[in-house]
This record gives sequence, C-alpha cells and structure tokens, in this order.
Amino acid sequence: MTIRRRDLLATSALFVLSTASAHALEIFGQLPWSPNAGNPPTPVKPGPWVYFTGAEGRAMEAIADRIIPPDPQTPGGKDAGCAVFLDRQLAGPYGHRDGLYVRPPFQPGAKNQGSQSEAGPAQQYRMALAALDRACKAKYADKEFAALSDADKDTVLKGLESGDLKLDGIDGKAFFEQAIKDIQMGFFADPIYGGNRDMVAWKMIGYPGARYNYLDWIDRHNERFPLPPVSMTGRAEWTPKG
Amino acid sequence: MHSRRALTIAACAGTLLFLHPLTWAHAGESDPQDFTLVEKGRSLATAADCVSCHTVPGSGKPFAGGRPIETPFGSITAANITPDRDTGIGAWSDDDFDAAVRKGIRSDGARLYPAMPYTAYAKMSRQDVIAIRAYLNTIEPVRNAVVTNTLPFPLNIRMVMRVWDSLYFTEGEFKPDPQQTNEWNRGAFLVQGPAHCGACHTPKSLLGGDKTSEFLQGSPLQGWYAPNITNDATRGLGNWSVADVTAYLKTGHNRISAATGPMAEAVSLSSSKMDDSDLKAIATYLKSLPGRPENAAKLRPDDPMMMAGSAIYRDQCSACHMLDGHGVPHLFPSLAESSVAHSDDPATLIRLILRGARSVATKDEPTAPGMPSFGWQLSDAQVAAVATYIRNAWGTGTPVTPASVTQARSDLRKRAD
Amino acid sequence: MARKLPKKDVVIVGLGWTGSIMAHELTDEGLDVIAIERGPWRDSPTDFPTNYMQDELRYRIRHELFLRPDQTTFTFRNKMDQTALPIRSWGAFMPPNGVGGGGVHWNAETWRFAPSDFVLKTHLTERYGASFLPDDMTIQDWGITYDELEPHYDQFEYLCGTSGTAGNLNGQIQDGGNPFEGPRSRPYPTPAQKQGYGHTLWAKAAAELGYKPFPQPSGNLSRAYTNPLGLRMGPCTYCGFCEWFGCGNYSKASPQTTILPVLIRKSNFVVRDNSEVTRINTDRSGKRATGVTFVDTSGEEWEQPADLVILSAYSMFNVQLLLLSKIGQPYDPAANTGVVGRNFTHQATSSVDGFFDSSKFNFNPFIASGAIGMCIDEFNGDNFDHGPLGFVGGGYLGQVQTNGRPIETTPVPSGTPKWGPQWKTAVRDNYLSSLKGGSIHASFYSYRDVYLDLDPAYKDRLGRPLMRMTIDFHDNEIKAANYLTDKYAEIVKAMGAHQVDKKPRKGPYDITTYQTTHLNGGAIMGADPKTSVTNRYLQSWDVSNLFVLGASAFPQNAGYNPTGTVAALAYWSAAAIRGQYLKNPGPLVHA
Repeated sequence: MTIRRRDLLATSALFVLSTASAHALEIFGQLPWSPNAGNPPTPVKPGPWVYFTGAEGRAMEAIADRIIPPDPQTPGGKDAGCAVFLDRQLAGPYGHRDGLYVRPPFQPGAKNQGSQSEAGPAQQYRMALAALDRACKAKYADKEFAALSDADKDTVLKGLESGDLKLDGIDGKAFFEQAIKDIQMGFFADPIYGGNRDMVAWKMIGYPGARYNYLDWIDRHNERFPLPPVSMTGRAEWTPKG
Repeated sequence: MHSRRALTIAACAGTLLFLHPLTWAHAGESDPQDFTLVEKGRSLATAADCVSCHTVPGSGKPFAGGRPIETPFGSITAANITPDRDTGIGAWSDDDFDAAVRKGIRSDGARLYPAMPYTAYAKMSRQDVIAIRAYLNTIEPVRNAVVTNTLPFPLNIRMVMRVWDSLYFTEGEFKPDPQQTNEWNRGAFLVQGPAHCGACHTPKSLLGGDKTSEFLQGSPLQGWYAPNITNDATRGLGNWSVADVTAYLKTGHNRISAATGPMAEAVSLSSSKMDDSDLKAIATYLKSLPGRPENAAKLRPDDPMMMAGSAIYRDQCSACHMLDGHGVPHLFPSLAESSVAHSDDPATLIRLILRGARSVATKDEPTAPGMPSFGWQLSDAQVAAVATYIRNAWGTGTPVTPASVTQARSDLRKRAD
Repeated sequence: MARKLPKKDVVIVGLGWTGSIMAHELTDEGLDVIAIERGPWRDSPTDFPTNYMQDELRYRIRHELFLRPDQTTFTFRNKMDQTALPIRSWGAFMPPNGVGGGGVHWNAETWRFAPSDFVLKTHLTERYGASFLPDDMTIQDWGITYDELEPHYDQFEYLCGTSGTAGNLNGQIQDGGNPFEGPRSRPYPTPAQKQGYGHTLWAKAAAELGYKPFPQPSGNLSRAYTNPLGLRMGPCTYCGFCEWFGCGNYSKASPQTTILPVLIRKSNFVVRDNSEVTRINTDRSGKRATGVTFVDTSGEEWEQPADLVILSAYSMFNVQLLLLSKIGQPYDPAANTGVVGRNFTHQATSSVDGFFDSSKFNFNPFIASGAIGMCIDEFNGDNFDHGPLGFVGGGYLGQVQTNGRPIETTPVPSGTPKWGPQWKTAVRDNYLSSLKGGSIHASFYSYRDVYLDLDPAYKDRLGRPLMRMTIDFHDNEIKAANYLTDKYAEIVKAMGAHQVDKKPRKGPYDITTYQTTHLNGGAIMGADPKTSVTNRYLQSWDVSNLFVLGASAFPQNAGYNPTGTVAALAYWSAAAIRGQYLKNPGPLVHA
C-alpha cells in the first residue's frame, strides 16, 4: 500500500503539522520543500587535534611547512592551517572512507587500477607518520621529523619522493604523494574546512572565492578582478562597522 | 417553469438527486440543484476560499473541517461544512447557514469567532449565500466530528464575541457606488466581501478587529507581513499595472513578484481558479485605493549598514536578483520594485532571508522557483545589513535592526513551515 | 518475498535526462507512469543553493552528488588476461545518482553528432577501404541517420534553451558557426554565451591559422528563457561552479529546470526515490517484461508490475541490469558471440596547458561556465583526410576552460617541482596567466576486447556481482591523440604562450584519472539482432515491451559530448512508442 506525501499544501502557514524533508515513499503533485532545507557545511572549529596525536600533529605541521614554505607575502602550510584541515578530514568521512567500496578481497594490482589498500587514509597517515619519525630518529641522532632543520627536512622528503628513503611497513613514496595532495588541498579549500586561514591562499593567487555572479565581468577582458575573496562564511566587509 | 427546470435537472444531474434526496425539502428562491445556482455558488466559494480553512491539507476530504487556524489569541479549528447530517451542516436550514456566514451566528445560536471572516462575508447578499449553500450541498458528505473551539480560557467563552461584534462588526450588504464603473464595483464587492482580502491585509487592533481607516495597508500575520495592497507607490501596488496584478492573482507570478507563504495557498486554491474578468476587477479596485505619502529618509550609500549590505548583496543575492535589483521577470522577484521588500514592517523580508522560500506553482506558471535559506550563513547583523541595503538601494525603507532579526529568528524557530 | 504494488502502465528505471523525457512524453499520452530512482530527489533551492554550492572540496573532490561506490561500483582491468579489481573510489568517471541523474552535474555541452558518425562503418569503408580499419575494430552503423534524428536534436535544444550559433541552416553554411555540423532546421533558441579572454584569444589565433572557430553549444543559458513546457530559466552568471555541481540559479538545463516541475504536477505521474531496481522481471517465455523488482532503504523488496518497462538508468547500469536480469545473450569476446556488453567505449581526451607572461595576460579563469568556450571542428570525425595519417576518428579542439577552482586548477609549467618554494612561486605567478586543460575531445571507437561483463569475484551490498570493465586504448586512439594534441599546441603557441605543455592521452587506460563520464555501449542499437541489443527505436530485440535508453545505445563514441544525442534518441524512441508501439504493442522492427 503506497503512502502518499502529506504536503499538498506545504507552503501554507496556517497548517501546524508540516512534513519533513524529501524522504517520503512517493513524490507527486508538487515539488517537495520545507524551510531551512538543505545541508549547509559545518565550519571547522579551532582547537585541539581531533584525530592526530600531539606527535602526529607536530610532524604534519612540519611537513606542511615544507610542502608550502612560509614567505614574506604568504604564510606557509602550517600557519595556513593545512594540518588542521587534514586532521579534521581524517576524523571525518574521508578518513573513514565512508561510502567507498571497502569490501574484500584486497589484492594488490597495477597502479592504474587504483588504490586497493585495506587501510584507509586515517590509518595510513597514522602508520606513515610513526614510521617517518622512527626513520628520522634512526638517521638524525634521535630527532623526530619536526625537530630537524629545514634543510634536513627537505632532504628527508626528497628521499621519500624519489623512493631512496624507505619507511618500514608502509610505502613512503605513496604516502608523500598523498600528503602533497592533501596539504595543497587544505591550502586551497574554503577556510570553512580549517585550512586556507583568512583565505591567504586565495589572496596569493588572486582567486575571488565562493562567488556566484560574474555577469558584469565576462566582457571585461584582461582586467584584474578587484574584489577581495569571499568564503562560504563571508568576508570582513559583510559585517557592518561601528 | 419549475417543472421544466426539474426535467432538465433530472436529465443531467440524476445522480445528485439520488444522493441528496433531502435537498428537495429545502424551499428557496430557486431550485437548490439548479446548475446555474451551483455554478454561482462554486464561483463565490472559490473567491471566498472556504476550502482552504475548512480542509486538512493532504486529507483528500475537502470542506470536512479539522484544520487548526492560527490566530493571535490561540488556535481554533475549522468546522466540517460538508452536507453530513450529524457532523457537518447537512441538517442546517438555509437561514442557519446565512446567519453563520453573514452574521457570525451558529445554528445553535452561539457566536462564531472572526477567524471565520463573517465581517467580510456580510457584504454578500442572501442570494449569494444560498448559492454557496447549493454548491456545498453537492460536496461529498464526510463524517468528521470536529471540536472547533480550541481557544484558551477565557476566550473560549463564545459570549465574549457579543462585545467584540458590537465593536467591530457592521452588518450590511455591499452597496455599489453609482459613480464608479461596473468593473470597479465588482472588484470592490469581491475584495470587501467574499475574497476577504482585509482579513490578512488590514492591520488589526489589540482585540483583533480591523483598523478600518487603514484598510488593506498591510498587517502582520503568523510570522509574515501581508503587504499593503493599495496603490501605494513603494509599499503597495504602485509599480504594478492592472495587468501585473491580474497575472499575479491568476498565476502566482508576474514580472515583479511571486506568491509564497499564505498567499501561495490563496493563489493556488482561490484566485487562480477565478474568472479573468473578476481578477481584473479586483486589480482595478485595488489600484484605485490611494497610497500614503513616503516619509522614511533614504540611507546614504556610505552608511555602515549600506556598505556591509552592499557587499553581501553582491556576493550572495545578485546571482539571482541581479546587480540592478530587478531580478529576472517571472523567475526571480524584482527587489527594486518589490512591495514586500519596502513594507514598513520587514517581517516577510527577514523571514525569506532566514528560511528561504518556495513560490507557488500554477498551471500557467509551473516553475515554482525557490530561494535558499541564508539563516545558517548570515549573522543577525548581516541579515539586518543586507535587508537594509535592499530597502534603500532602489527606494526607501526604514533600516532593519539586528535586534529585530534576533527576535524574528527566535519567533520563527517555533514555526514548522 | 517481494510485496506487489498496483500495476502501472509504465515503469521507468532511473529518473535522469532520458527517464524524464520519456516520462513527460508518455504521461502526455495519458499513460499511468511510475519512475523509480535509486538516489534521492534533488531540487535547485534546497540541494544546489547559491550559498554553499561553491564548494570545490565537497562536490568535486569528495563527489557528494555522485553515486557512492559502496552502493555499487565496477571492477576494472585493461586486458582479458588480468584480474579485474574493484574501483574503490571514483577516478576516471563519476557515475550519477539521484533524480536528474547526470543532467544535474553535467557541463551542459550540447553537441550533435555528425551525419557520418551514424553510418561510420559504411562511410569509412567506402572512403578508405576495409583494410584501413584495424582488424579488431568493431565499429558499426547505428541503424538510424542524422536526418531522422534532426527534429529530435531540435526538440532537446529547445527544451533546454541551448545557447549557440548555427553553422549550417538547412544546408546554408553560416558565418560564426560550425561549418562541419549537420544541417539544422532552425537556429539555436538563444544566442551563444559570452566568452572570456582566454577563449576569445584562442579563437583569434585559430582563425589566423585558417580554422573556423565557433562558440561551444551551451546548456548554460546566455539569457532568460521560457521553454515549450512553460518553465522559466535564468541567465547563466559564469560562476565557475558548473560541472560536478548543481546549478543554483536555474540557468543550467537539467531535468530539474526543464521538465520536472511540470511532470510532478501531472496526476498520472509518481516518483519513488531512494529505491533501487535490482531486476527486470520477465514472464516464463522470457520474451515479455512483467515489471521490475526494487529494494527500498530498509532493504525490503517490492515488485512494480507494468505493461511497458523503460530502462533509463545510465549506460553502465542499463547493461548491468540486462545482464543480471538475463535479458539478451551476454557478449563473449573470445568466441565473438552474444551482444550484451559488447562495443563498450569511453572518450579519448587529451589536453594542453599554456603559460603566458603574467604582466601582459590576465585570463580570470574563475569567470566561466561549464559549456563556455570556442572550438574548431576541422579535426573531428572524418572532416579531414586520414589516408596519410594511419588512424581514423578525431575530435573537436576547444579552449573550453570552465573554471579556476584552485584545488584542481593551479597549473605550473612542466618541470616545476611538485612542492616547496618553487612550486609555491610558480602557482602564484601562473594562476591568472595560464590556460589549463584545453580540450581535445576525441572519439573512442569500439574493439573486440573492450567490453563489459559480470565480475566473477566481487559483489555489491546486495550480493549481486559487480560489472567488470575490460578496457584499454588501442593504437588508433593513441595516434589520434598525438596528432590532435600537436594541432592544439600550435594554436596555443600562436596565442603567445611562452611555454606549451602537451598532455596527449597515453595508454594504458588509467582508472584513476578523470576523462569524462561519457561511458557508452554495451547495449547498442543496430539493424541486426546478432550484433546489437536494441533495434533502431531502442526497443530490445528480445523483450519487445522493454526499451533501453541512454548512451548504452552508441555502437561507438564520436568526438563530441554525448548528451545531445542521448536526449535526441530518447525523443525519437518516445515518438515511436507513441506513434507506433502503443497502437500495436510488439516488435517494431522485424529483422
């Protein structure tokens, strides 16, 4: 027996019992709608690491600052919040591989068949960061990665990139490739996710952010777009002064 | 004459005869099953929008009552007005029905609450009401016992209505103005009478009676603000032509605006089903009602609220409502010309920004464009800024304060729709 | 035990473009129609709002609008002697999910195939001789001509309000349009979109090299439009969040903006969302469909009986359902028998990055739409002499950059380190003055060893075998890619780029790199039931009350985006159902 949607007149303000969102069994008669419908993003809140341990967070910040070093114009990966971004991502659906196909059997395949790892990103980062610190301590007088000089850090990372430096128990080359992607992703994503603090990355490149209307600009060729970037949570100019 | 009519009716409405044998018992000015009478009744009932209050949405049982009606004094429940003899009005006489509709007095003598707009329906004639009765007699009878008086004490004592009626109710049919055209008079009758526009659009006193000197100049209603629908230049229909008003009533949309909220239902159930000539008459009448002088001072562009509002507008609103505020005709309302945006009371404007909206779909305008909600994204100060900007960029309107947004947010939280 | 629902005249599996078109046509015919959609209902103001749609991470990187591989996925291998492994996270393509299907997140590039594309085998054999074609190439004629489809292309373009400049009006070549296109009966419903600086400069350079550039036909509208159903659309605002995203301001053609608001009001139409069809049921003879079985979100099975079944679940899922329902003989590549799963193809795309002097060039890449751009068609199809070149096929070349979204679009010249201070500097210096991913959108012809079947090992959440893709590039497509990429690079150089990085498609086929969601074939249309799954009306040869809509019908892929052709075929099939089938149910073609 089919159950009919009870909101034929959902737009009325007079009816107290309104319907929920679009999860009824059948839809007919009119487009479903309810106020405040939709699923806006939840801003990342600053604070202690949610996924990383203290040591992992230190290592990741240090890696972020070498992947995207600070310079006089633009902060580096650490101050831009890239490690915070990654921490929150690993604590969430990305880290847990929600929605991905994680059924067995797990067999190794060719690179072009995509990752067949049994461990998800959260687990892989945990293993890799631990292995990285172990490798550094072994090579650099018991210093973890974050305690190395910048030059030594770069040497280690280049070693991972080339494959010369191996990590025990995990593919160091694949780990660093992924770290580059994730850190740079955090750099350029909307600040709502914890990285790109104050939109520093967008300011660096001249990207105006989460805008929706360029109708008055499509014909203006070879001109610099003058407005500051805006994120999904707005920009400073949105708040009235005084 | 009667017998010829009886034959005609028997030929084409035999089923009706079969279902409602008791209607033969009603003596009246005309045969209550006469097709013309029933059609007239249907037309008036559509203008009066009886079905809206007297039907639980989605129930599939029109006029069977049971729908809660929100009033400033509490919730009251609409009665079953199908012809069911026990739980509906099947056993009422025509006089009973007329007294209820035009005098606010129930068949047992008790007074009705003005959630039933008898103060407006009083403008109809007895023939009008008999026609409506004839139409209601053709509705499927539904057995549904409704407890209508759900108001809190002491308002639930119907006797109090005696006092109210003495203050706010004037009996009397509509009297056409001989100096006006037939069309104007028809519009005036519809607006003042069955269409009862003033029930929503006329401001109310503390006791819930119409402030008649401000007829149709706008009123708060269930968390919305029903705008001024006189010919007021910025707050009313000043920017709308007669054709614009007619299109709005018929399709729910025109080049400037779109019906949403309670007006969406009024369009969907009532005005979209009315004759084009009646809609044009209503438009003609409304446009003849003079507006009030403009008195708000226009804010300067460098006012902090305007600066912030302009930034938000550009970033968030202009992709639909366009940088010049004129929107896209029949798709995104023109804020520059919008009476909703420039109303003295910004309640609707604030509500739309916070919660979003879906405009009505009709056969002629099926798109039903919707607006997303911004309540999660903008702070109270930001909503106030962009609302202030919208009211002052292309017209004049009092600024919106952050406090009023805070209040609106809190009030709206209790509302399910 | 599946609970049986009341019978309907028509059940439509999947409510995307073709499902919506067919639903609209058949409800207009007075039939009682139910559409069953695996994913959720989707609607512009609630699901694509203008205040959080601009989220590259959520919608492009984390694929929020797309099918979750955990719901179902495919396994992949290059060659028959390999073990296929599951696609655990999408890469090479993004299967749609939800009401609107691919029509929600597409670019809205609205092309027609060329006349020769429909008679490809005949045409190429006549021009170059049979031995010019590789032995294992299995291209076929479609069983339909461009001229037969033209009114339906027109129907779709006017449904959408497509913005473009006609190149061939009833045989007359028009300036500014595509001189190679098949003749069209009337102009586009709205003028072409405006172009950005990079697109304009590219077209200028192409013209100076002797080509005939024209604006890409776009379902992102250049101005407000009311379609034949009375639905209103707005002008595209070049927001740069088009493909992968739903459109927030009613300016991208989709089922949501062009059909659904009218469809949903019809009393003879109903949708069940969040319900996955698991099987098309047939009677004992196997020649007649009796309806479908589907599961709801609680895992409960239901049976929806119907007189007519429309399979419009997206090309891949069409084929999967046919295989799982045992309708039609599965293709066996070794024996070269069977039909379901053969002629599986994708798209062979290549690109070129160009880097310019940042003190002279500012391209504002973020100002764009999904189907903006200037293109040339000199190297598509058989528009050029392949004789001396040793390959067949081709594609349009277009400067069609759709966005400047920074996670994916911060190109650096080749040789730049992938991290560190030089990377950072290169990103900063090149963002505004580079052109990324110029499109070389080449054909992908069909081959004997590129096909679909059921995987022997991996299963989905319902315990059904996943479908297995066996796919790799052949020399023909690689040669074409190199040739076209060189041509494209010449144009970028002529624009004034100081560095041009060519990225021609290379083998082996890689499941991790995005290369359009234009997956086709597996249930192809044709004139011969021995080598096709449906007849020319997309009616199953085996089950005459089953029609299979979508790009699964393409015997091979052409050098154009497929949606225009997919939709035109849906209208063509609907016309056949309305005009012929309903009057006289049964096979429309007797082979």
